[in-house]
Amino acid sequence: MNEQTELTCRELVELVTEYVEGAMPPEELRRFEQHLAMCEGCRAYLDQARQTIRLVGQLHEAILPLATRQTLLQTFRSWKNSTSTE
Amino acid sequence: MATLTEAEAEAQLPTRPGATPDELAIVAALRNGDEGAFASLIEHYHSAMVRLASMYVASGAVAEEVAQEAWLGVLEGIGRFEGRSSIKTWIFTILVNRARTRARREDRSQPFAALEQSLHETDEPAVEPSRFLDTPGRWQGYWVSYPTAWSTLPEERLLAQETRRLVAQAIASLPPAQQEVITLRDIEGWTAEEVCVLLTISEANQRVLLHRARAKVRRVLEPYLSEV
Repeated sequence: MNEQTELTCRELVELVTEYVEGAMPPEELRRFEQHLAMCEGCRAYLDQARQTIRLVGQLHEAILPLATRQTLLQTFRSWKNSTSTE
Repeated sequence: MATLTEAEAEAQLPTRPGATPDELAIVAALRNGDEGAFASLIEHYHSAMVRLASMYVASGAVAEEVAQEAWLGVLEGIGRFEGRSSIKTWIFTILVNRARTRARREDRSQPFAALEQSLHETDEPAVEPSRFLDTPGRWQGYWVSYPTAWSTLPEERLLAQETRRLVAQAIASLPPAQQEVITLRDIEGWTAEEVCVLLTISEANQRVLLHRARAKVRRVLEPYLSEV
């Protein structure tokens, strides 16, 4: 490994999404993991990035307001009636 | 330009990923007038559809209207749905087509219109440059001081109301295209491929938008989660 091919921390943080998405070409992946193996700071950063994804996922809630539900079901019933009388 | 018919909307879609056997069962139930099948679809998708429509139109009320129109489109088109795409992608494509038509009528610009250009004009770093050593030498570009891992924090802290509030606020402050991609990917759990098909963006652009969005959320959380 020489200085030319070694990733810096500044470069690594920009590649984190590509890494967790599994979209990295093999050569880049090798350099990424080589850096990670020797850098505690970047391992912590990757951990933060993964936790961020998990925390964003916690926002999931699909509460359908009752009134909207009623309106949409009404749409469904009118559609059903119109198709069965055709 | 006229609104695309639902059959045309389906014809626009690539043939993968196709509808699963489960989905074909839902389609069959809908055609038979099964209200439960419809109720389950609206429970799953309506809120996300309103959120997506609100990126294209002027108000929340109009977004709600567009989503309701889209459902009528779904019902009217279900007889011709051939299961070449997933039903989710098909429903959301109808939604986006309606929202675009409405936006044109309101003479509003489209959130993804100038995307290719804007993506490469503004190259914001994921982490503040001051976090890295700038003096030439062996350690240039390395951390000044290490970030700390979050997975060792107590779960109560990570899942606290305050963390949630910060995440929601960070997402709400993102540019629309980034907001949309992180919402579909990380909140709604869509795959990269589904997002690219729906928003007609390339895989690479999808990833850039996702990268910037996640990076910004992380930045907002860092001061709070790194407090001892």
